[in-house]
Amino acid sequence: MDFESSEKPAGPRREDALPATAAAAVKVVIVGGFGVGKTTLVGSVSEIRPLTTEETMTQAGVGVDDIQGVERKSSTTVAMDFGRISINEELVLYLFGTPGQQRFWFLWHGLFEGALGAVVLVDTRRLEVSFDVIGRLEERGVPFVVAVNSFPEAPQHPLDELRAALDLPESVPLVVCDARRRDSSRDVLMALMRYLHSLAVTPEAS
Amino acid sequence: MSNPGRGWEDGTPERLYVITGGRSGPLQSTSLDLVTLIIARSGPRPGMQPEHAAIMRLCQSPLSVAEVSAYLGLPVSVVTVLLGDLLAENQVLSRPPVAPAQLPDLALIEAVIDGLRKL
Repeated sequence: MDFESSEKPAGPRREDALPATAAAAVKVVIVGGFGVGKTTLVGSVSEIRPLTTEETMTQAGVGVDDIQGVERKSSTTVAMDFGRISINEELVLYLFGTPGQQRFWFLWHGLFEGALGAVVLVDTRRLEVSFDVIGRLEERGVPFVVAVNSFPEAPQHPLDELRAALDLPESVPLVVCDARRRDSSRDVLMALMRYLHSLAVTPEAS
Repeated sequence: MSNPGRGWEDGTPERLYVITGGRSGPLQSTSLDLVTLIIARSGPRPGMQPEHAAIMRLCQSPLSVAEVSAYLGLPVSVVTVLLGDLLAENQVLSRPPVAPAQLPDLALIEAVIDGLRKL
């Protein structure tokens, strides 16, 4: 999960090597609380086994505002899981899972820079984390879709109830997914891309 | 998360300080993103610092900064400093991500949609 370093392979497997023609990459960020299924979603669509990168928060790297709510320590380490999808011979898409809680927002600094958009992954049993995340993304002007990961044991809410509970504007797509399934996770990314497409066509819609 | 008693998998923060020669990243403004692709121009050269040599080995085909960080087990900020050295010495090439100013770009989004359809 977010803070457990998985065993680290020494390097990419031969079949995981990107072609020499890979010219540029883009990012999509998956945001959500612990245990909501970020890593599961990344893993189900990734062409490589999800990898883990660690980052430290040190005073040098973080704006003063971002330290609010973080324990006063000289440095804090957080791990992010990520995966990769080769879009074509030139373009590579990276998916980064990042914790949604406010105390980890310092990670967002470099993460959202240049990101295409975000998926807010929601567990209906714990909606509270999502409020802050959605508010923060709106503030930063990051386009996002909301995906409800359907846990079998979670209460099933009609989508319009959830939309109201999350105070989500009509324009923002809200979808249900099963993060364990590749096609379902793919459809979440597709929903984000279609949304981005609509924003690009009619920028005022944002 | 924060666990002051435990350092990095293969060392302590002090060791990281040694690896980067005392420099802290990502202040070098090398403009490396997590998804900047790195390609080595050759194999590792004799006499290289082990971490530099490891990067040269990893980047025989294009690899993102995040992947380099993951495979080396070093924080992105440290990897950024090491890559800055190799870039300055012209040992590696970097391919920056699609520029934020170009986003959202219809052609790019359509390419991603096409790519996802094939999954």
